[in-house]
Amino acid sequence: MIILLIYIAIFVGAFFAVKYITASATPKDYTSLKTVTFGDESAVRPNRAASIISVTSIFLIWAAFTGSNLIPSFLHAPAAYTGMGEFTYTVDAGGQTDDATVTVNVHEKDADGTVPEMEPGDGFAKNDAVSIVKYRSKLLRVDQNDEQGRDAGAKIVAVNGQAIAPGGEVFTDFARVAMTPKGTLNIVPNTGWQMEPIWLPPPEDVAKRVGDIATDGFRNFTLWEHLGYSLFRVVVGFFFGALVGIPLGYAMGLSNWFRGWFDPIVEFMRPVPPLALIPLVIIWAGIGETGKIILLFLAALWIMAIAARSGVSGVNITKVHAAYSLGASKWQIMRHVIIPNSLPEIFTGARVAMGVCWGTVVAAELVAAEKGAGMMIMVASKFQNTDIVLMGIILIGVIGFSIDVLMRWAERILVPWKGKS
Amino acid sequence: MSGLTIENISMRFDLPNGGSVQALKDVTLDIQPGELMSVLGPSGCGKTTLLNIAAGFLAPTEGRIAMNGHTVLGPDAERGMVFQQGALFEWMSVRENVAFGPRMKGENEAQYGENVDHLLDVVGLQDFKEKAIYELSGGMQQRVALARCLANDPDVILMDEPLGALDALTREKMQSLVLKLWKETGKTIILITHSVEEALLLGERLLVMAPRPGRIHKEYRLPFADLGVGQDLREVKKHPDYNKTREEILAMIWDMEEEIMGRTEENA
Repeated sequence: MIILLIYIAIFVGAFFAVKYITASATPKDYTSLKTVTFGDESAVRPNRAASIISVTSIFLIWAAFTGSNLIPSFLHAPAAYTGMGEFTYTVDAGGQTDDATVTVNVHEKDADGTVPEMEPGDGFAKNDAVSIVKYRSKLLRVDQNDEQGRDAGAKIVAVNGQAIAPGGEVFTDFARVAMTPKGTLNIVPNTGWQMEPIWLPPPEDVAKRVGDIATDGFRNFTLWEHLGYSLFRVVVGFFFGALVGIPLGYAMGLSNWFRGWFDPIVEFMRPVPPLALIPLVIIWAGIGETGKIILLFLAALWIMAIAARSGVSGVNITKVHAAYSLGASKWQIMRHVIIPNSLPEIFTGARVAMGVCWGTVVAAELVAAEKGAGMMIMVASKFQNTDIVLMGIILIGVIGFSIDVLMRWAERILVPWKGKS
Repeated sequence: MSGLTIENISMRFDLPNGGSVQALKDVTLDIQPGELMSVLGPSGCGKTTLLNIAAGFLAPTEGRIAMNGHTVLGPDAERGMVFQQGALFEWMSVRENVAFGPRMKGENEAQYGENVDHLLDVVGLQDFKEKAIYELSGGMQQRVALARCLANDPDVILMDEPLGALDALTREKMQSLVLKLWKETGKTIILITHSVEEALLLGERLLVMAPRPGRIHKEYRLPFADLGVGQDLREVKKHPDYNKTREEILAMIWDMEEEIMGRTEENA
């Protein structure tokens, strides 16, 4: 909740800051002179400053709430308490009261966790000491060493001078002290606002993991092998899907018989999510490469077939008529009119298919695989290696995004006439 | 050079709801070689159907079309077609579009190159020959379509409202170009239009068609096309007969349109 509020504050604050700074520097180009901008989609251009601040602030929030050493410590969110702390408690034994001190050593998990030595002190209540690992809590029977303990009818009535009863709690400067129904004190040191590394490791840990796994590998395969195998499956599956799907789509767009024969199959298979085929493919082909490639082939096949079919039906009939009137044969019409005319549609289909394949391969690897990006994050999550999981997610995102950028670039080079007829 | 013979063409097709439409009834025409014939008529009179039959895209239900002594059974390079728009190939440059016909015949650059460049000159697109189609204006695109049709050297050129989508000024320039090309090449041209002025200016012979069923209503022989060659078309429009014929045809088409409206209202 706090994080969301901070994010919204940055969003709003940056908006006004950028607006104030760039107000005088905006170039007077054609679009900026438009008076109607609300509702004119073409007048909306992404504000690059906003993009940069957006990405930066995500990393900043991530770093601040994980106590990253990449940013100066004054930007850190309040950290969990570590070090020595103490509080007093008051015991009431049949009208007699006495105070004693509890000293707590809150320490890092792998740091020195010795219980501090304490003088027992005077009175019938004796001083106690305990050590607690950061982010954890501990139950402490403070009356254990007292001369008159719980078993003798003595009761703890106050902590730091504030009254406490079973089920109640008192906040000290470093911890919350609660009392169980039986009268034991539960010491919960302040956890601060930062995330425990097991939930969210700081960015530098994730970056370090990338380095470690890139050099040492993970589960017998290097990072590049894991990612490379995922990509290889996608490329091979997509290749065969396109190899079969595009001619199938053309046939469906050009022949009554093919259209009639394959329409029910394609229309039925198209809405079946490829993920639903994973169990069947595992039964048939196992968890090796064959199974993965068959799955991705099936994921790409229908998309490519439908793209090619709509590419053929999208041919303006006057173009075909014109080509016939210019003396073209059927094969020449296919080669010079139908295929080039359907390329934009096929590229759109290919982009969709690549996206679906990439999503499907990760999901299939999550279910069962010996190597691959999905397998890596699945296995890491079982050992609570959150940094590997995060690293995997980021790399999967980067690769997916790169695939799309690459496809769009290829589209611009190969079909420059797209959307311009 | 060859003309086109249209013998007793009728066109009737069934509708999904069980009825049928008589698009053309008993149309007979003999188009002489080198003739420029414009066809005019209210919407729904079957003029585009007639052209599609002549091009070979549709088979008539009755009658036959003959050319060069053989019956027309399908589209062929001997009958070129210029469409209203959208018939150019966006994936080819201007020059590749113009060279499409010769290339399909298997000719190589050495065989067609000179003629293609000459035609690009004639239509004034020499400077644009390497441009992509989508970079051209509408008028330029229609000039490419004309050049592409001529590069194939057809005997008959069928034009389906080729200037319909152009603005008035571009249209006038294009009309002069069509006349010039007609005189220079001596091709037989059938031009379909919905503009009375265009039909008068370009048609050596003018056919007015009537709707429901589509048939030939009246035929004119006009001097304006010959007058217009090499002359400002605005001068031609000052000819006394021009306005007289124009009013006559306009009145004729108005009557037909009104008749259609009346009939529709009766049916309703």
